[in-house]
Amino acid sequence: MSTTTEIEVVDLSLTPLRELNQRLHDLAGADGPRSWRITNPSGAHNIACGLDADIDVVVEGHAGYYCAGMNKQARVRITGTAGQGVAENMMSGRVTVDGNASQAAGATAHGGLLHVRGDASSRCGISLKGAAIVVEGSIGHMSAFMAQTGTIVVCGDAGDALGDSMYEAHIYVRGAVAGLGADCIEKELRDVHRAELGGLLAEAGVAGVDVADFKRYGSARNLYTFKIDNTY
Amino acid sequence: MNPASNPALRESHLFDRRTIAEIQRAAAEGIYDIRGFGAKRHVPHFDDLLFLGASVSRYPLEGYRERCGTEVTLGARHARQPIELKIPITIAGMSFGALSGPAKEALGRAASEVGTSTTTGDGGMTPEERGHSKHLVYQLLPSRYGMNPDDLRRADAIEVVVGQGAKPGGGGMLLGHKISDRVARMRDLPMGIDQRSACRHPDWTGPDDLEIKIQELREITDWQVPIYVKVGATRTYYDVQLAVKAGADVVVVDGMQGGTAATQDVFIEHVGIPTLPAIPLAVQALKELGMHRKVQLIVSGGIRSGADVAKAMALGADAVSIGVAALIALGDNAPEHDEGYRAIGSAAGYYDDYQAGRDPSGISTQDPELAARFDPVKGGRRLANYLRVLTLEAQTLARACGKSHLHNLEPEDLVALTIEAAAMARVPLAGTNWIPGQGSF
Ligand SMILES: Cc1cc2nc3c(=O)[nH]c(=O)nc-3n(C[C@H](O)[C@H](O)[C@H](O)COP(=O)(O)O)c2cc1C
Repeated sequence: MSTTTEIEVVDLSLTPLRELNQRLHDLAGADGPRSWRITNPSGAHNIACGLDADIDVVVEGHAGYYCAGMNKQARVRITGTAGQGVAENMMSGRVTVDGNASQAAGATAHGGLLHVRGDASSRCGISLKGAAIVVEGSIGHMSAFMAQTGTIVVCGDAGDALGDSMYEAHIYVRGAVAGLGADCIEKELRDVHRAELGGLLAEAGVAGVDVADFKRYGSARNLYTFKIDNTY
Repeated sequence: MNPASNPALRESHLFDRRTIAEIQRAAAEGIYDIRGFGAKRHVPHFDDLLFLGASVSRYPLEGYRERCGTEVTLGARHARQPIELKIPITIAGMSFGALSGPAKEALGRAASEVGTSTTTGDGGMTPEERGHSKHLVYQLLPSRYGMNPDDLRRADAIEVVVGQGAKPGGGGMLLGHKISDRVARMRDLPMGIDQRSACRHPDWTGPDDLEIKIQELREITDWQVPIYVKVGATRTYYDVQLAVKAGADVVVVDGMQGGTAATQDVFIEHVGIPTLPAIPLAVQALKELGMHRKVQLIVSGGIRSGADVAKAMALGADAVSIGVAALIALGDNAPEHDEGYRAIGSAAGYYDDYQAGRDPSGISTQDPELAARFDPVKGGRRLANYLRVLTLEAQTLARACGKSHLHNLEPEDLVALTIEAAAMARVPLAGTNWIPGQGSF
């Protein structure tokens, strides 16, 4: 495959979104530019969703809903803020948000890394299925709801009902947790967790935070089987 | 007849023996009853409608000889590749997990043989069903178990499941004993736990979000395949209008008596509206938007015979979908398994414990030994036969009404046997021109 070093620039104020996404999809298993700059996104929805190519895409500005949704392989960076469901159901690759992310960031994501430099809103990592999420700021309420596997690292605080009805995902929070959801408890931070946490912070390039400052949260596993007393 | 054969003993209407047994069970176990199948109570249904065959004022078509078309195109509103089916009877979404791998394969085989579609379910797409299904609809459910963009691009249509008739407003469940290694892996969950599926989608909350979600699915699949929206029948008029506004190519409306793999009995029996009133509500919603026949309407919930198919279509459906009836055609509840059913406290004709995973027919199980009892080739052939019979029956009725295509059936061909059915289906009570609730009289 050719690896042109030139950067392909697409101005979304001139190019229809459909055309942009089609060009990006056409790179799956094919030759073409490996480095893309999307200018004037102006909060458009569904930018660069469904990618499946080893490419770099920089969205210069703010993205709307579902940016980089279901991403595979690609490294997508949003220099502004990201709307609802950024990197939802991501399979692999890496999505970086320089600003804040709205609700349901990384929802149901199976793999890859979502890195939010600012804050993420409510339902961050909802139904997470294996991906890693690193948020440098804080996350909103109901985050990690029914999170199955994967890891969520929060350098700031977490909102109410963290990890409600969660399964085997790992949650690490450095700051305050407003409240834990049903069946979510604080768990011991052991060496294996410190290693996982340190590894993810390093992978995301987050410096100056000490893994020892984090607390770990996980499932009490009381909701794993139906019981008479599940009166939450 | 009462067991004591004493004619003086009187069973209570309110506290009949089944009610008493359920109170006793609840008192002993302390947990609600979870089961499969659909509602078992009586609700106004297609049985309460009759066709007006041709007579002096209408001209019938010759049975067997004259053409009566059955084909249907689904999803031409936006999709580059709409679904073209030979018959308007599709196989509803039933999850791998709820059903065994061979049962899913049989559904695909039968559907492909007669030229119709089958549908995945909660738990994702299996290679077996993809391989055996010519037209496969891939469900996007709240749980998103197994959801991935490769399967999305492998699908012939995508169905966004908002709700299901058996449990509108409820999520799914798959009890621990049905979680095999493979099912757990496909769903990214631990083995052996009771799996709950979410009742709300994780990344959208209302009709405006849904519109953007549908756009995302179209973008990911490059606008190739149709996108359906499935709702359980409740506020059907509004749900259908909102689904169309959100961009659905096809709307699936599932009546409250529709089947399920595992739901609380109280939910199955007490939530939602029956299929009969749901169809006119959906059709009204589509007509007011000028979208009837442009956005196709698929109706499910209690379809058993060609008469049900024809009546649903006469009321305005473009196609129907079947769940429980398809399982029965495969061999569920068959007399040959009666002994097996009795061994687990049920009987052929009564079995509804699809959640339990101990199905002697090998259909609703993940136990390899039980699943091996089911022959997907034979089962598929039985279901294909059944689908042909449904089609022939519907054609017979359509020809009798003088219709050269099932889609030409119309409400004018129907009358109702009861006032309830007349009001719900919006067709006149037989022998009158009275449609309760319509205009004055
Ligand atoms: C065993 C079984 C499993 C089902 N699984 C699903 C599912 O995964 N997703 C879904 O939308 N509906 C599911 N349903 C509902 C069917 O798609 C359909 O709406 C219903 O069965 C139609 O009613 P009928 O059974 O009376 O034909 C299931 C139904 C049954 C019987």
